[in-house]
Amino acid sequence: MKRRFSLPSPLRSALALVFWVGVWWIISLIVNKQVLIPSPPAVAVRLIELIKTSDFHISVLMSVLRITAGFAAAVLLGIISGVLCAKFKTVDTLLSPLYNVIKATPVASFIILALVWINKELIPVFISALMVLPVIHGNVKQGIIETDKQLLEVAKIFGFGRRKTLKTVYLPSVLPYLTAGMKTCLGLAWKAGVASEVLCFAAYSIGNKLYQSKVYLETADMFAWTVTVILISVIIEKLLMAAVDLSKKKSKYDRNKRPEKSV
Amino acid sequence: MIEIKDLKKAFDENVIFDGFSLSLPDKGFYALSGPSGAGKTTLFRMISGLDTGYAGEINADGKISYVFQENRLLPQMTAYENVFTACGDKEKSLSLLREVGLIEAVDKYPSELSGGMNRRVAIARALSYGHDILLLDEPFTALDADIRDKIINLIKELEKDKLLLIITHDPDEISALGCEEIKIND
Repeated sequence: MKRRFSLPSPLRSALALVFWVGVWWIISLIVNKQVLIPSPPAVAVRLIELIKTSDFHISVLMSVLRITAGFAAAVLLGIISGVLCAKFKTVDTLLSPLYNVIKATPVASFIILALVWINKELIPVFISALMVLPVIHGNVKQGIIETDKQLLEVAKIFGFGRRKTLKTVYLPSVLPYLTAGMKTCLGLAWKAGVASEVLCFAAYSIGNKLYQSKVYLETADMFAWTVTVILISVIIEKLLMAAVDLSKKKSKYDRNKRPEKSV
Repeated sequence: MIEIKDLKKAFDENVIFDGFSLSLPDKGFYALSGPSGAGKTTLFRMISGLDTGYAGEINADGKISYVFQENRLLPQMTAYENVFTACGDKEKSLSLLREVGLIEAVDKYPSELSGGMNRRVAIARALSYGHDILLLDEPFTALDADIRDKIINLIKELEKDKLLLIITHDPDEISALGCEEIKIND
């Protein structure tokens, strides 16, 4: 039988990236106006120049801090409300309309409302949290609802108690839902967070830099900052997934883990 | 000891028990027999407290252990950990896994074991629990005859001073365990 030649996955991803950068370059050459579409080398040069400035470091750091804080707060609140709604029907009924409103309302409306309500430096935190909260809440709730009822009966028969049941039955059921939700939401938090920084002119922020690039028609800067947002988003996602994998290995929720043969 | 008085249980229109009573002593081996759908598993669930939707009285005096009809092992735990989680005793867990012929598979996950091996882990878990009453719901399904006989002997030895109730359709298993037969909805 003929075996099909297949490239390793990272190489395939790299080639796909090269392809799209090539498409960008060709469009830039056709348009031939750097102010409309700067070429990839022009953006790369500008990005390197920006990276060397302290302004870049402070802006990136502040954006990362704000958006990560919003993300973390939403994960925490989402877990708490997901658990409460899965366990108590009344709480679920009470919170359901609130989550439906959050999901249906355009992010721009929340940003404008937040401008009236809170300090502009905190708006990206609030907006990131708001985008993440319903997803984490829904996933955690679903994970609890989907918990294997037969295993819960095992826990009851063998007197596991609350703590052991949580650790051995609920947690393995909820974790895949939670990690999937976190992975989906990271990009969402970044997009919404940076959008809110643009609209609220948060000092020392990527969004503010993007806005200034637009005002002064420095399109290469705009592209460079956008590339920065994408890179940070990818890096944070990889770090988060590595942390999740590590915690899985340390605990007992990785089915593929081989235990020590101490017994 | 198990005391059941005037038990009434129905699923919608389907009446399973209507005034059923049963009294079992502190120790002894009993086999529940009856046609499919007679309510044998339902009775186990009510005795163990998993099903409380009935009328009448059920008093089970003592700690209950249970081999379910399904294996119901925790998928993220090894064979050893599944047993250890129930009893919290390392030596006891290992000893029982050795007795059921799984000492070489203690660090295997349920997904890495055959149906029969998982069944043996479920049996070892139930036997490890430190119980007074053992409920066995078709425990020997998927087991080879020689392994089944070995486990029957193990159960006879370990459970001789306890109350054991088994659901099985195999008369050989009933006689091998020396069970008194209790007919339900026959």
